[in-house]
Amino acid sequence: MPGLSINSITKRFGDFAAVDDISLSVPDGKFVCLLGPSGCGKTTLLRMIAGLEEPTGGAIVLDGDDITRVPTHKRNLGMVFQSLALFPHLTVGENIAYALRIRGASKEEQRKRVDELLAMIHLPDFANRPVAKLSGGQRQRVAIARALALSPKLFLLDEPLSALDAKLREAMQVELRQLQQRLGITTIVVTHDQREAMTMADLVVVMGKGKILQAASPIEIYRKPADAFVADFIGITNLLPAETDKAGRTTVLGAAVPGVALPSGSAKATISIRPEDIHFSKPGAGAIPGTVSFVRDLGGTVETFVEAGGTTIVAVATPRERPNVSVGQAIGVVLPPESCVVLQP
Amino acid sequence: MRREPPRALADYAPLFFPALMLIVFFVVPFSIMIAVSFFKRNPAGFYTPDFVFDNYARFLTTFFGSVLGFSLLLAILVAVCCVVIAFPFTYLLTKRSRAVQTVWLVGLLSVLSLSEVIIGFAWSTLFSRTAGITNLFVAIGLMKEPVALLPSFWAVLTGMVYQALPYTILVLYPALVRLDPTLLEAARTLGASPVRAFFNVVTPALRNTIVATLIMVFVFALGSYLLPQILGRPSNWTLSVLITDQAIYQSNMPFAAAMAVFLVLISLALVGLTLLAGRKESAL
Ligand SMILES: Nc1ncnc2c1ncn2[C@@H]1O[C@H](COP(=O)(O)OP(=O)(O)O)[C@@H](O)[C@H]1O
Ligand SMILES: [Mg+2]
Repeated sequence: MPGLSINSITKRFGDFAAVDDISLSVPDGKFVCLLGPSGCGKTTLLRMIAGLEEPTGGAIVLDGDDITRVPTHKRNLGMVFQSLALFPHLTVGENIAYALRIRGASKEEQRKRVDELLAMIHLPDFANRPVAKLSGGQRQRVAIARALALSPKLFLLDEPLSALDAKLREAMQVELRQLQQRLGITTIVVTHDQREAMTMADLVVVMGKGKILQAASPIEIYRKPADAFVADFIGITNLLPAETDKAGRTTVLGAAVPGVALPSGSAKATISIRPEDIHFSKPGAGAIPGTVSFVRDLGGTVETFVEAGGTTIVAVATPRERPNVSVGQAIGVVLPPESCVVLQP
Repeated sequence: MRREPPRALADYAPLFFPALMLIVFFVVPFSIMIAVSFFKRNPAGFYTPDFVFDNYARFLTTFFGSVLGFSLLLAILVAVCCVVIAFPFTYLLTKRSRAVQTVWLVGLLSVLSLSEVIIGFAWSTLFSRTAGITNLFVAIGLMKEPVALLPSFWAVLTGMVYQALPYTILVLYPALVRLDPTLLEAARTLGASPVRAFFNVVTPALRNTIVATLIMVFVFALGSYLLPQILGRPSNWTLSVLITDQAIYQSNMPFAAAMAVFLVLISLALVGLTLLAGRKESAL
């Protein structure tokens, strides 16, 4: 089967499992983001795929071949490191040509490929510059071009954009995604930025404490988070307690939400609802009673904070549908049942 | 960080003490030495002030020329051996755990505490026929009978490399510890075997450090005057040995001073050339 498959891979440092029995299958040509908080084992997993770290257990299979014991330099992959790791003593062109030089490509071949790659990263005529003279964004592109010089089977990037400022980072995310789609190369990117993951990925893999918490498309992760951790990590969400009342209806903070069923056998659960799904109404009439505590008007969006039943509920609206509320006003919070996600405990 | 340029004389105050030290302990003695090198020797006593070039002229013989050549070659050889051994060693050391590194570094520091005399006599015992390492080789069947490995050029070289190696390692260590390990990993992901990556990436990235270390060991080895006498034949004696001999045993201070000045000038010229070559290369 073409693509990458990771079978129950584990990495222990002493007693501590940095990656704990992870299995994942990446179809050929897909863009995967490993997403999770710092220290959850993303880099370790990526380094095992690259062969820079030896797994304690499990197997890595690329296009049907078990590569678990294949040394890094025979894996035919391109990798961009968090530090970029550009060779300081070489020029831009020599950096990009390094892999070709190792393969014994002729000078002419090297020059041609370097020109191609420099055109691809929109830095033509940069071949003879020393890498020390480049800006952050340019260094980034050179590192990407160097990794892609041999058209590898697998493209790995460890927080490649974390050193760039916010604006440039967003532009590079789009560019990286477009590049990947043009080349059709199987790509795995490590990031701790959920926006970045949502922008680029076909498949988002949310990790926590060395395990995969959820692996799904970005929109599914956003719409149907598997648990409270994922819901909270991806975007902003309201986590509200839900319970079954005596009449058998599901209620949230005292208001009934018809059509939302808790898992059978449990009387209590947590539901997640995104701020943009929340509406306001007059108090009463099946809505959660609450008091507006703060309104943040950001121009593009309006965030309303409502105190209700001891928690703060956040609602987001566009200025066009701006709720006509003011601080201190008593209102009702309406949770559309189809937007409520009942989380696994 | 940019600093204000000093304006008042008082801004230079922190420099007074080091400048004084430099003048008292370096500039003055060195100037005296230069002056003495032009003095005339007085066989009965010490020397009489004069301005003659005899001491330098005496130098221009094949004998002193070959001793000078040998001294420089030996120092270069020691520097190259030390760096060739110490560089991979130190690199591998930085890959070990903290505890292992500490043990090694403490061990190396303790070698530094040995004086040249102790090192010389330790090696002369090790290289002797009666108690040396060849007895060990005989015991394990590598050799037929023990031989004396000294006096010889190789014994001198070994002793001097042994003496200079801890310095070399301690000078290389900080640079290698600071080297970004992902450079090597990047080379490996690009298809270079670990050994190839080491030569392609680590060595050139640290070229300036290596050159600086070579110069340091070279200068250090140039001053060695006990080991060549303990471990070598007279033909293995360096200029430093002759300087000591002239200064202390022959009481010919002016000639010793002339040789010392000459040695300093030649070393400075070599160091300058090395730096110049390095500058040119990195400008490319
Ligand atoms: N070489 C190592 N030795 C010991 N512990 C390590 C090593 N590398 C990583 N770890 C530990 O493994 C965990 C996961 O690290 P890492 O994969 O770098 O996390 P992430 O990239 O998700 O931030 C961290 O707790 C880290 O301290
Ligand atoms: Mg990381």
